[in-house]
Amino acid sequence: MTPGERRRSLVGLAFVSPWLVGFLVFACYPVCASVYFSFCDYDVLSRPVWVGLLNYQDMLSDGVFWQSVRNTLVFNLMALPLGLVSALVLALLLNQPVRMKGTFRAIYYLPSLVPAVAGAMVWLWILNGRLGLLNQGLEAIGFSNPPQWLVDPAWTKPSLALVSLWGCGNTVVIYLAALQGVPQSLIEASMIDGASAWRRLIHVTLPAISPVIYFNLLIGIIGGLQVFTSAFIMMGGAGPERSVLFYAIYIYQNAFEYRHMGYASAMAWMLCMLILVLTLLASRVSRRFVHYQGD
Amino acid sequence: MSTRSKFVVYIVLLAGAAMFVMPFAWMVLTALKPIDQTLSQPHAWLPRRFEAAIGGRREEIRPGALVTDPSLWILASGAKRPAAVPISSVWGGAWHPATGAPVEVSVLKTVPASEAHPWREISDLAATRDDVVPVTEIRSWVSFRWENFPRAVQSMRHFSRYLANTLLLCILNVVGTVLSSAMVAYGFSRLEWRGREVLFGLLVATMMIPFPVVMVPLYSLFRSLGMVGTLKPLWVGSFFANAFNVFLLRQFFRTIPKDLSEAARIDGCGEFRIFWQIILPLCTPALVVVGLFTFLGAWNDYLGPLIYLTDEKDFTLALGLDAMKSSESGATEWPYLMAASTLVILPVIALFFVAQRKFVEGIAMTGIKG
Repeated sequence: MTPGERRRSLVGLAFVSPWLVGFLVFACYPVCASVYFSFCDYDVLSRPVWVGLLNYQDMLSDGVFWQSVRNTLVFNLMALPLGLVSALVLALLLNQPVRMKGTFRAIYYLPSLVPAVAGAMVWLWILNGRLGLLNQGLEAIGFSNPPQWLVDPAWTKPSLALVSLWGCGNTVVIYLAALQGVPQSLIEASMIDGASAWRRLIHVTLPAISPVIYFNLLIGIIGGLQVFTSAFIMMGGAGPERSVLFYAIYIYQNAFEYRHMGYASAMAWMLCMLILVLTLLASRVSRRFVHYQGD
Repeated sequence: MSTRSKFVVYIVLLAGAAMFVMPFAWMVLTALKPIDQTLSQPHAWLPRRFEAAIGGRREEIRPGALVTDPSLWILASGAKRPAAVPISSVWGGAWHPATGAPVEVSVLKTVPASEAHPWREISDLAATRDDVVPVTEIRSWVSFRWENFPRAVQSMRHFSRYLANTLLLCILNVVGTVLSSAMVAYGFSRLEWRGREVLFGLLVATMMIPFPVVMVPLYSLFRSLGMVGTLKPLWVGSFFANAFNVFLLRQFFRTIPKDLSEAARIDGCGEFRIFWQIILPLCTPALVVVGLFTFLGAWNDYLGPLIYLTDEKDFTLALGLDAMKSSESGATEWPYLMAASTLVILPVIALFFVAQRKFVEGIAMTGIKG
């Protein structure tokens, strides 16, 4: 290295030094430690004791672990398509020449900013079995025996899916930005060719924004597998018959309630694998549907 | 667009908007109701105040549980002296004949009565002419109980500490994140040096690490530093640059022409001064976006405080609100819980209306370019 190069390197390193320190302390060390802990019996109070693959073996035979996997997958199969499709429909409608577009956008977006705790409180009240607004409304239109949303294990997941749908405004805004970026020339060309509105949507608009749909899907999968807060607050942890014991909640319980930090770390790595597998799967499937402009 | 399809678009948008607004509206309306008006069915939409002349003075009467027998004289709870109220029943609910609004009256349990028909005996007891208030004498009107808000603050016990803690965390996180991320982003975008691309690759890779993976080691790290139970674990990290924000800011920094830095360098300007006095001011829009989302993240955070804060006095608003729900023994006092929720949500909504355009830009930026 010439002296000039060395100087430039030093200046560069100086500028990124906060991140370098942060990387070592808040990323590198925890990741390595987490791998190590996952092979240990560790309760934070005493030193970790090496147990080899025991934590991973325990996982295989832990019925509650598998229940948390099932709960998480089932919940996401409900919440993810519901959120993605509703957000897309709302964005498509908002992309029409309607009046008060800004007001509508603000209304749809606002709930996604609401602190999860406060949102959970509001939904606890709305979904309350006897006094809740939803059931009072259902009773008023003739359902004499509306579901016990927060108590009946069959309804807890749909309830939480509804809560997460309320926060889909974020996705609406991302879709909307993508829709506004669809080249006008494509739309006009298809209009000249006499394509109906429906065909234009299927063959022009959706392919044009497919990278963003894919992006939202990935973000949705990664976030959905780590879903924690609203379930944890609304159901006080696992919920009736552990019906909303999600993966992240079970990790939390193992780490901070049972002090099985080693087991929690092993679970966290399995979560990593799960995320990896599902995103790879999504990218495989997406290859057929996602069109990047310029390809 | 044809008129018909335009009509359909508006209908769907309006219906959707109504559903998205409804939880806010119901929260605020509940926050302004007396407790008894949330414990009976069906709810009235608007909070009401009921008054009757009792012994020559107008006094508030507090309707309570549902009564279905239309022929009875009922003792209203909350009245200082027994006041009997006749009830006319409409499909299971009791309705105020004058206004048509539901009147939910309850029985003072302190008065001796049989379990099956408490009110019959009470009505016998209270049936002296003075104590009987004909239903036509009951006046009711829409009235908001603003005093629920101070009561909610009170029942949250350490509200002002929670607020101070939350604000402190917000400020420290915003300052730390904006400064450190901007500096690092500068190093990764406006300086050419060996190893830059490798390190940037590492930075992008750290964005893929799910939080649960680092959760346990970070806890044990902060624990060995004696920081568990303090606010430190919740802000120290922000001064060491957040990968996602570095990525965002780098995208923005790259759009500024190189010549600008070159010219400054030729004039003998040091690298830090170029960063601080030339590039940063040009990037305020991006910095504001990063600051906004960091603020919201700190304000809304639940899991972090849940893990690290142990003493109830050190909680943040999010934890305090949760504790308020859990500490309720028996029936939840929904109006207070909703009033407290409103107080926690209000600053976020205010911030949104002040900086609405920034939010939308920020989301679009993260979604499209990210």
